[in-house]
Amino acid sequence: MPSTAASPATRGVRWNPVFRQAVLEATAAFALALLLLGPIVGLVLDGYEVKNELQRPLLIAAIIAVGRFLVTLAMHTPTGQAALERFNARRRQPGILVVSISENNRQRWWLLVIVALALSLPFLASKYWLTVLIQAMIYVLLGLGLNIVVGLAGLLDLGYVAFYAVGAYGLALGAQYLDLGFWSALPLAAMLAALFGGILGFPVLRMHGDYLAIVTLGFGEIIRLVLNNWLEFTGGPNGISAPPPQLFGLEFTRTAKDGGMSFHEYFQISYDPLHRFIFIYLALFLIVCLMVVVVTRLRDMPVGRAWEALREDEIACRALGINHVLVKLSAFMMGAMVGGIAGVFFATYQGFINPMSFNFFESALIVAIVVLGGLGSTTGVIVAALVLTVLPELLRAFADYRVFTFGVLMVSMMIWRPRGLIRPRRRAFEVKGLCP
Amino acid sequence: MDWHILAQQLVNGLTLGSIYGLIAIGYTMVYGIVGMINFAHGDVYMISAYVTAICLAVLFSFGIDSLPFALLATLATTMLITAAYGWTIERIAYRPLRGAPRLAPLISAIGMSLVLQNGVQLSQGAKTQGVPSLIPATLRFGEGNDFVQITLVQCMIVVVSLTSMAALTWLIQRTSLGRQCRATQQDRRMAAILGIDTDRIISTVFVIGAAMAAIAGVLVTLNYGSFDFYIGFVTGIKAFTAAVLGGIGSLPGAMLGGLILGLSEALFSGMVNTDYKDVFAFSLLVLVLIFRPTGLLGKPEVEKV
Repeated sequence: MPSTAASPATRGVRWNPVFRQAVLEATAAFALALLLLGPIVGLVLDGYEVKNELQRPLLIAAIIAVGRFLVTLAMHTPTGQAALERFNARRRQPGILVVSISENNRQRWWLLVIVALALSLPFLASKYWLTVLIQAMIYVLLGLGLNIVVGLAGLLDLGYVAFYAVGAYGLALGAQYLDLGFWSALPLAAMLAALFGGILGFPVLRMHGDYLAIVTLGFGEIIRLVLNNWLEFTGGPNGISAPPPQLFGLEFTRTAKDGGMSFHEYFQISYDPLHRFIFIYLALFLIVCLMVVVVTRLRDMPVGRAWEALREDEIACRALGINHVLVKLSAFMMGAMVGGIAGVFFATYQGFINPMSFNFFESALIVAIVVLGGLGSTTGVIVAALVLTVLPELLRAFADYRVFTFGVLMVSMMIWRPRGLIRPRRRAFEVKGLCP
Repeated sequence: MDWHILAQQLVNGLTLGSIYGLIAIGYTMVYGIVGMINFAHGDVYMISAYVTAICLAVLFSFGIDSLPFALLATLATTMLITAAYGWTIERIAYRPLRGAPRLAPLISAIGMSLVLQNGVQLSQGAKTQGVPSLIPATLRFGEGNDFVQITLVQCMIVVVSLTSMAALTWLIQRTSLGRQCRATQQDRRMAAILGIDTDRIISTVFVIGAAMAAIAGVLVTLNYGSFDFYIGFVTGIKAFTAAVLGGIGSLPGAMLGGLILGLSEALFSGMVNTDYKDVFAFSLLVLVLIFRPTGLLGKPEVEKV
């Protein structure tokens, strides 16, 4: 019969080695996933007993197995081979695009549009979106600050939130004990944060880079624990209130404190509680713009180039006579200072802070912003900060999965896109007639 | 300061230190062989605590009354599953990054740590979990209010940690696998040329580290009885402190560092302040790194081009 005659042939095609390998790998992946997830995901502790939820790990393991099967099959098709080749080729590239300054200038008009949009946004937004925008701006600032440390100088700082906390508590405690206002606390808190960075960084930066990561991790915990436990000075877990901002002594309240004057009275406009938020947003925006300019300029200056050179090869830099401790310290302190500034804004915007706001997940979020932005790319970091703060507001239903997603993103970015989603550009000076 | 408080703190410190030592092995071996800090190791320990509780609950729900059997079965299952975690983490997060810039595996490790923490939080809930007190037997020395109390679990912790340390030392010093591990640690490329499958050895090291963390997880869960998804973070930093204190890369150093850290932390919290005991441990880490970065038993690190 024709059907029996055809079956050995089809069987020969179906059970070729690729297919068998795919089945084997899928089975192994299924077994491993079941071993890993079975107890942790499938048997939920409830008091001293367990609830049976085994359908969850079975489902996840099945998805993993099917995925593994399809990936293995796809790797053997011509398209898959080509994709694998492209991936390997890209990993061999240095990954930095060199752009001449004239090419860079062409993008200037874009900047104008973005700045105009950013300046007009707060006047159109509702109170809720205004607070989201302020938070996004704070994270942009934090991302830019940490980008100097992690992205440019290549020092992994896992306790960045400590400097953020120093800034925030600098404002709150300064107002409580020294009667400082917002504008006097801003530079002082920034300097205090930089000082903390210097004290912590100086001894650690002399050593192998990995130690810095764990020391900063410990330092972030120390700051949080001290803030939490030193009840009589910081208010402990109950928190402390922070003063609202002022504009040349004008307050953003309905009625000014005695002797003062409020913003709406001075300008003869009706009172609107949004004024305070609009003011904070605009001030933050100015600082962010300033930061972008400063960082862009610094990158073209000797110290900025030394940061990036140290990131790439420390031993070569030391051989060339770069003082690696001082160069790293400058990046670390600068990052700490920016963290402090962001903290002051956070405190004045919240009006009330407690140590809960400065836990490890906050540090991890800022690291995720920098990693997603591409370790060194200013544009990338700004985009990543906006995406990672605005997107969770839109996807409230998935709020629990936020940290999980950040973790997955960090691992997969390191594997597939270590230079970030936007390719970094390095500016170069052109000499006419020298280069072909 | 009464002698019995001091003695009690010494006993507590000894048990705590054995635990730190067991977890520190994972850090020190991985650092020795691939030169990176495995940030997810603390969370592997946290997973082992959960697996212990789940395993005990399942065994008791099947009506298994024999406590020694239940404990041994729990230990074996926990070590198996936790070791599988160690292997998978290395495979997913670190192996593709061999030869990548130094920062990449560190960031990947942090990402893995977040995945494990949040994954457990999502599936098991954020609340503190626990196991019933299974072995209530205690030894008491002294009369009236002045007494030193040593629980049977504390004795078990010290005995089991010392036994596993001895077994591991034998494995590393005497067996062929151990020789391959030491060769890979000394010079990975040369070891590969001489026919050692270095990828397999690195996986083995992660598996050993995770299994040791699993022993620690079982013992801690039996001793303290309660845990949550966040325990791996602080314990992880402290165990790393122990590894640095003893000299990173050195196995006896990890145990010694663990004991010193455990004892000094217990004495600090007994005599000075309990609220700041974590601050004390982290400050110790910073101080050790400043004044003796090679630790007590470590060799000075030479950076090569």
